[in-house]
Amino acid sequence: MYLYSLTLQKATGIVCAINGNFSGGKSQEIVVARGKILDLLRPDDSGKIQTVLSVEIFGAVRSLAQFRLTGAQKDYIVVGSDSGRIVILEFNKEKNVFDKIHQETFGKSGCRRIVPGQYLAIDPKGRAVMIGACEKQKLVYVLNRDTAARLTISSPLEAHKSHTITYSICGVDCGFDNPIFAAIELDYSEADQDSTGQAASEAQKHLTFYELDLGLNHVSRKWSEAVDNGANMLVTVPGGGDGPSGVLVCAENFVIYKNQGHPDVRAVIPRRADLPAERGVLIVSAATHKQKSMFFFLLQTEYGDIFKATLEHDGEHVQELRIKYFDTIPVTSSMCVLKSGFLFAASEFGNHALYQFQAIGEEADVEASSATLMETEEGFQPVFFQPRSLKNLVRIDQVESLMPIMDMKVENLFEEETPQIFTLCGRGPRSSLRILRPGLAISEMAVSQLPGVPSAVWTVKKNLIDEFDAYIVVSFANATLVLSIGETVEEVSDSGFLDTTPSLAVSLIGDDSLMQVHPSGIRHIREDGRINEWRTPGKRTIVKVGSNRLQVVIALSGGELIYFEVDMTGQLMEVEKHEMSGDVACLDIAPVPEGRQRSRFLAVGSYDNTIRILSLDPDDCMQILSVQSVSAAPESLLFLEVQASIGGEDGADHPASLFLNAGLSNGVLFRTVVDMVTGQLSDSRSRFLGLKAPKLFSIVIRGRRAMLCLSSRPWLGYIHQGHFLLTPLSYEALEYAASFSSDQCAEGVVAVAGDALRVFTIERLGETFNETAIPLRYTPRKFVFHKKKSLIIIESDQGAFTAEEREAGKKEFFEAAGMGENGNNNGEQMENGGDDEDKNDPLSDEQYGYPKAESDKWVSCIRVLDPKTSNTTCLLELQDNEAAYSVCTVNFREKEYGTLLAVGTAKGLQFWPRRSLASGFIHIYRFVDDGRALELLHKTQVEGVPLALCQFQGRLLAGIGPVLRLYDLGKKRLLRKCENKLFPNTIVSVQTYRDRIYVGDIQESFHYCKYRRDENQLYVFADDSVPRWVTAAHHIDFDTMAGADKFGNVYFVRLPQDVSDEIEEDPTGGKIKWEQGKLNGAPNKVEEIVQFHVGDVVTCLQKASLIPGGGDSVIYGTVMGSLGALLPFTSRDDVDFFSHLEMHLRQEYPPLCGRDHMAYRSAYFPVKDVIDGDLCEQFPTLPMDMQRKIADELDRTPAEILKKLEEVRNKII
Amino acid sequence: MQASDRFNINSQLEHLQAKYVGTGHADLNRFEWAVNIQRDSYASYVGHYPILAYFAIAENESIGRERYNFMQKMLLPCGLPPEREDD
Repeated sequence: MYLYSLTLQKATGIVCAINGNFSGGKSQEIVVARGKILDLLRPDDSGKIQTVLSVEIFGAVRSLAQFRLTGAQKDYIVVGSDSGRIVILEFNKEKNVFDKIHQETFGKSGCRRIVPGQYLAIDPKGRAVMIGACEKQKLVYVLNRDTAARLTISSPLEAHKSHTITYSICGVDCGFDNPIFAAIELDYSEADQDSTGQAASEAQKHLTFYELDLGLNHVSRKWSEAVDNGANMLVTVPGGGDGPSGVLVCAENFVIYKNQGHPDVRAVIPRRADLPAERGVLIVSAATHKQKSMFFFLLQTEYGDIFKATLEHDGEHVQELRIKYFDTIPVTSSMCVLKSGFLFAASEFGNHALYQFQAIGEEADVEASSATLMETEEGFQPVFFQPRSLKNLVRIDQVESLMPIMDMKVENLFEEETPQIFTLCGRGPRSSLRILRPGLAISEMAVSQLPGVPSAVWTVKKNLIDEFDAYIVVSFANATLVLSIGETVEEVSDSGFLDTTPSLAVSLIGDDSLMQVHPSGIRHIREDGRINEWRTPGKRTIVKVGSNRLQVVIALSGGELIYFEVDMTGQLMEVEKHEMSGDVACLDIAPVPEGRQRSRFLAVGSYDNTIRILSLDPDDCMQILSVQSVSAAPESLLFLEVQASIGGEDGADHPASLFLNAGLSNGVLFRTVVDMVTGQLSDSRSRFLGLKAPKLFSIVIRGRRAMLCLSSRPWLGYIHQGHFLLTPLSYEALEYAASFSSDQCAEGVVAVAGDALRVFTIERLGETFNETAIPLRYTPRKFVFHKKKSLIIIESDQGAFTAEEREAGKKEFFEAAGMGENGNNNGEQMENGGDDEDKNDPLSDEQYGYPKAESDKWVSCIRVLDPKTSNTTCLLELQDNEAAYSVCTVNFREKEYGTLLAVGTAKGLQFWPRRSLASGFIHIYRFVDDGRALELLHKTQVEGVPLALCQFQGRLLAGIGPVLRLYDLGKKRLLRKCENKLFPNTIVSVQTYRDRIYVGDIQESFHYCKYRRDENQLYVFADDSVPRWVTAAHHIDFDTMAGADKFGNVYFVRLPQDVSDEIEEDPTGGKIKWEQGKLNGAPNKVEEIVQFHVGDVVTCLQKASLIPGGGDSVIYGTVMGSLGALLPFTSRDDVDFFSHLEMHLRQEYPPLCGRDHMAYRSAYFPVKDVIDGDLCEQFPTLPMDMQRKIADELDRTPAEILKKLEEVRNKII
Repeated sequence: MQASDRFNINSQLEHLQAKYVGTGHADLNRFEWAVNIQRDSYASYVGHYPILAYFAIAENESIGRERYNFMQKMLLPCGLPPEREDD
């Protein structure tokens, strides 16, 4: 079995983010690393974050830094990754790519202890960069420029120190003196030797300054001083005239200012009033804002509170360090303060956000200062505060993030054309159920009812140079309605359009006149109001029209074509006639190319299932240039230029190809390339879009022509980052559409459906899915469907207070603050399950997180949710530190209750210092109220955590620690029927098929078991020889399992056919062999048939098809919030083709950050039988000559390769 | 030291041990071995962000705290070293 791996949704979580001017100029940009993806984001004028570029780098980005050479206008990007190389990138604005400027190898690849890449520090003047490892190694590279002003990089200078752990590094701003880097270090060599523990307790972290002597080209330890043992992060303090220089050391509970030859200035970080005493406060992310006259730091704690740190200084002497409460936003992994007054917050989990500064915390607020620091016998006295609503920041945009995906299932619950993906996302109060549908999200601007059922709609400008459309023209069966676009949209009668007849086409013609084509003629409305009418000869009527700005072709009933052109005076002149053999089904003319008089091609579709290309050149006017036969009668035609290659902001520097698109009556969209010179058709491709014949319309997306296809659902064909994408829109079926541009809405679409006129815009281009989110209360763990109607979700959180306790705590707070009413509101909100998302809620948990409780406290709930109305119909909070971990529906053999719900829980679970629990339980619930609510039947105590539950032959199988047990339903409790205690560690998944049971162990991969009814025995007949830390499992077929492990691998194991047959034929079912027992393992071993390193922890797997009538692929979801698919190849030819393409791409186009592609995909185990579609899909981004070279080696043309890539993608989604 | 000493197996091994932390030797005891493995593991967790996030979800802590905890554990990953027999 060969699989094609394709990422459907790129990772949405962010590892780290930096900001700067990467494209030069004034615009502020953000570069974010999403694990293995590097993105360039830019907030647009309206404050929406736009993704400018997204590159898959096939490696793990661990750190990012930006620097600027003195006097330069542009920032460079330094990437610390797992490649054992330092890579410097430059954003190329013209081609819209990252250019690799330098790549220097310094060590082995992989995330190793002593190979640098974990930390990056930059000299603030851009003269040197330090790259560090967790232990020992630190390398300094000198950055300079050569005579041609190109960036140069030196050979590395070592700043190693053995037996030393590094916690953080940063550059020290010392103006144009020798560059200095600061590091928090800890020497462990003595602690490792001393068995008394004395040395370990005396081990002290040090702040060390490393000086790079630019004259001697040498790095030396300049200064080292003991620092608080809780230190974890360094922040550069501006220096060299702008400030006092030195560093801020962020430690647990403290922030300390340190500099060489300067006494420490220490301030305590204010604590939340409700924080348990044993918990510290740790700074997890920091951002600096620097202006000419002032600077300040924003420091965020692990609870989400942001503090503004300021230094009172007098030249180089710091008198006071102040830490003032600023605002609270969800915990971030990185924050970026943009010069334009925005704060980009890359959340650890959940949606990222862009905030605008309203103020910079000048007002009085809770503040800790070094001047008022009090030291008592119990240590330093903390300052307390209560989080409040945002005062200094206001959120203006959100970037959706699925991180982390906890569970996922693909199911067509809503009976739509394609199945929906249900994902459990997020953590704690920010968790949600997200329903993903393939397609682009749209935002509806207006819907208005019309007096009848319209058949068509157009928009027209009055003049070519106008920015916005002037009229919306709607055609009905026997009338035409003209609406003028202004402040409001209203009906007008002075437009010159004939309103007593239906229209066939309305458009701008020439520079400033309008044309209306109706069945009996053409009405040409000149700019000064003169009207010219052309009438059809005899009783014939016009049936079809094709036009562009200077050319019009009409088809009369019977099949006669008449061709008009606009002459120099703006008159519409008849040029040529042509008799077709039969009625014309559809027509289209390509738009007039820039600087030309006319477009050369006319496409005519006929009912005899052919499409003809006719010439419109004066020399051979109306000559047939080529004929293409198609599978069904074409209903609609559209010429579209496609520049399917990267380059420029979103287009290409390569010649575009002209595509003829045809919507066929069987619902297929047929696309074929038109030769620009000869008009020959070649390289056709087709795709089924829906049950209705697609109608094609040209609209404008991001200033370029795109294609809207209206079948039983709407689709959009557009170019995104060099790829031509054809994506469904998540909107109802439409009848007719036109592009729409007005003051309020620059790039919209106006469409008719039923008797309504709709205006909408298309959002977030380039995304594969659009999502509907339903908020949940706690971290969701697992869910099941019940009767394809409702979802049962289990949620649990450690170290949080129960709903009642939280409510009481809040009330207390609000009463103290005199805000009783709000507190009450909040209480109600709590009761209906936290579903309401009230942004103005003064203490919304979503923003502030749940108050922290002791780590042995658990909260948990079981929720029954109706996804159609997104209402929670039943919510059971578990009491007494009980938390739910597993859920399944089960039909016991006694049919008394029908389907029951089993939930596995644990009480008082603790991981630290040792894993322990009070007891585990299996709850059995009965569905009442037509499956909308649950009623507890009984609760059975078990000795461990039931992490896996599954129905098996009318009984319940439970994996409880290392025990697999079979239960039957009793009156008061579950009854043990059979068990096997011989599993190595902890069972995390149980799946069954026929009489086989597939058990996943937390550490030891899969075990295949059988149950013998006659002897009432469970036994293992096969297991895996590789230790795998299973995080997700899915049953594929009788002999095959798909699994994922903690280190980011996806693998398939299969029981060899002969072994499988033998076991099935053996009357004892292989039991004898098992009883003999060899080396504690099972007698048979499964074989690994597929292995692939995804590079991200996969948490859920499912076999499903995302397109109607498509083959199954394995869909997975990951912690970083990405979704991917593994599609089995059906033909050997495809396998050959793609493996060769992959091989050539590996050679010709190595990944951006220096990790070898093959090595990355084989990071833990050699990749086996999986072709990386993400790499293959980089083909169109290659330079044209390289594309040709690879295509030649594969004996194909680049276009054929693109077509292949498109085809295989269309098989998945 | 003679020139030939530089190429014998022992000095090569010593070179490796000095260069690559964690390279074993014949007298490595169980504790030292375990300490190395643990430090390597923690460094790997800290380096792989998705794994860090995975732990953070399990323990309901922030990723930053989780990273700090792992780095702190690098000091004595296996508790105190055993007493030396020869001392």
